[in-house]
Amino acid sequence: MKLRLPAPILLLLPAIIVLVAVIVLPLLLSFYSSFTPFRLTRPETLWTFIGLRNYINVLSNWDFWVAFGRTILLLTIALNAEMFLGLGLAMLVNKATHGQRLLRTLMMFPMMFSPVLVGFQFKFMFNDNIGLVNNALQSLGLTDQAIPWLINGNLALFSIIVAEVWSSTSVFAILILAGLLAMPQEPVEAARVDGCTPWQTFRYVTWPFIMPFAFIAMTIRSLDVARAYDIVKIMTDGGPAGRTELLWTLVGRTAYSDARMGVANAMAYVSIVLSILFTVYFFRKLAAARQQIGAEW
Amino acid sequence: MATVSLKKLVKRYGTVEVVHGIDLDVRDREFVALVGPSGCGKSTTLRMIAGLEDISDGALEIGGKVVNDLPPRARNISMVFQSYALYPHMTVRENMGFSLKIAKRPQKEIDERVEAAADILELKPLLERRPSQLSGGQRQRVAMGRAIVRQPEVFLFDEPLSNLDAKLRTQMRTEIKKLHSKVQSTIIYVTHDQVEAMTLSDRIVIMRDGHIEQVGMPDEVFRFPATRFVAGFIGSPPMNLDEAVVDDGKLVFASGDSLPLPAQFHERVTVGQKVVFGLRPDDIYPTGHGLSSADTTDIHQLDLPVSITEPLGNETLVFVGFNKRDWVSRMLNPKPLAAGEKIAMSLDLSQAHLFSAETGRTLRG
Ligand SMILES: Nc1ncnc2c1ncn2[C@@H]1O[C@H](COP(=O)(O)OP(=O)(O)OP(=O)(O)O)[C@@H](O)[C@H]1O
Ligand SMILES: [Mg+2]
Repeated sequence: MKLRLPAPILLLLPAIIVLVAVIVLPLLLSFYSSFTPFRLTRPETLWTFIGLRNYINVLSNWDFWVAFGRTILLLTIALNAEMFLGLGLAMLVNKATHGQRLLRTLMMFPMMFSPVLVGFQFKFMFNDNIGLVNNALQSLGLTDQAIPWLINGNLALFSIIVAEVWSSTSVFAILILAGLLAMPQEPVEAARVDGCTPWQTFRYVTWPFIMPFAFIAMTIRSLDVARAYDIVKIMTDGGPAGRTELLWTLVGRTAYSDARMGVANAMAYVSIVLSILFTVYFFRKLAAARQQIGAEW
Repeated sequence: MATVSLKKLVKRYGTVEVVHGIDLDVRDREFVALVGPSGCGKSTTLRMIAGLEDISDGALEIGGKVVNDLPPRARNISMVFQSYALYPHMTVRENMGFSLKIAKRPQKEIDERVEAAADILELKPLLERRPSQLSGGQRQRVAMGRAIVRQPEVFLFDEPLSNLDAKLRTQMRTEIKKLHSKVQSTIIYVTHDQVEAMTLSDRIVIMRDGHIEQVGMPDEVFRFPATRFVAGFIGSPPMNLDEAVVDDGKLVFASGDSLPLPAQFHERVTVGQKVVFGLRPDDIYPTGHGLSSADTTDIHQLDLPVSITEPLGNETLVFVGFNKRDWVSRMLNPKPLAAGEKIAMSLDLSQAHLFSAETGRTLRG
């Protein structure tokens, strides 16, 4: 008797095969390789199983933890800055009576740039000799020195944050604006009649309404920033002297420059745990915020 | 002292004018109802008083002070919205106490005032719930409670009972009336339910297309409607209105049917004048089944065919054919009638109204 697959499975088979080939297999392979001393230069090492040694290595590696901490620092500063700027932008655009559509489109502009381009753009702007930023500061007479934006460790991290914030504030702005547009106006009016100043109206009525939207943006962006790679790679490549090394630039360097694929994969899996924790955290907050406003979505 | 004065108040949205310079003086502690058909500008007027809409032209005074440019919070008003407008993220208790919290009153006082309002509105068991866990009627009461708790000088109500079922509506109507005698605030109450307007208010303002048609006490607007529109709007079932031409001592209708010209209008009309004749259902009844309340009556007898009847228990609405239309009459102590049957009708012409067909204004003078 010939084996006959049920129609649904049969029809889905092409998709399943593609998904398995491009996602499941590499995932399994990389997970497996994190338990081997696999080096790109010595393919046969893929077959040596060393248990958790890579993970122990990673977890006891000071550089890893520094990069880990720096990633969280970047995440915290960038997300907060984006949150405030995005909120401000969204409120302004929401107030606009004319050309709101145009403003909304303009707001999305930074999102249309590939992160690599953003990296190059800011690398040029923050260049200490020919960059726009120094040029502007000097022309305005604010300083007569060439500030070493990308050469000083702290300034370099700051520059990267500026680039991140520039490219992604619109994620917050768009989502919060969606919240503002979806929000019913009556409670706001009730608050005004109830004696609220504009600030109190925002604090007690508007903010609880848009909080879920802000948390959605937070979730998206925390995943984004936790795997920040391209902008940093272009602007500083983790330098100077590793002062802007983030998790994924470290992973990339370990995997390709040092060719230690096994260790790099172990690092990557540890980092993913970080992302999962953030997602869980923000989703909890989101659920709570939604329940608060009795959202029906 | 919380008088509210509207002086030539105008509202424009862009180039469209929706409220056309209305004048109104609301006395201190008065209960004024704004009524009118949908879209006539009641809510807009109320929102201008509340400060939620800019005033395009004219002046608004509260307590003798021009408040055109004051924000709502500086006007000492509270408002109940057509759509409740509760804060969804706050419990009933927090909703009701919110304005006091903003005003930084001590917690003890807030609790007391919220409890007191919850008592009046029977909201005690619901205080810890959120609006999403309440029925429509309960939400409406919370909205009312939120207004009461503030103890403002002026209450603004925008159709606060429109979402309640008939029983609850009657009950809340009584509550509002009691509330008014208790709080001694000025109340401006928007409704399109004329029963509410008649039963609750000291004076009624009838609006139409952004104009005020008539202002008067309930009894006054019912007995002496100033325009044909008011005549048709106030009273349920509505007044029978039909166009006629004045002839020598009689009114001739389009189909040729005619009625004697009511005595009170003899001096006020000229032969050939086009008028609108109006008679309330109470003043046209199957002979022997009516009750004219007026001191003087001027009964005209007529045989008319019954088209349909609507029994209401203690009375029956009888539609009779006159001038090829159905005129509604109120039959007390009803007896069964068959459709098509010709019955003797009594028309009390001393209670009849005449309006100019041209301007719609009353010819009573
Ligand atoms: N934002 C606006 N822009 C333009 N026209 C408006 C606006 N808001 C209301 N209007 C118009 O103003 C008129 C009065 O509206 P309003 O809401 O005051 O009516 P209303 O008397 O309260 O009616 P209802 O009994 O249905 O509540 C309506 O014709 C409406 O179309
Ligand atoms: Mg309205």
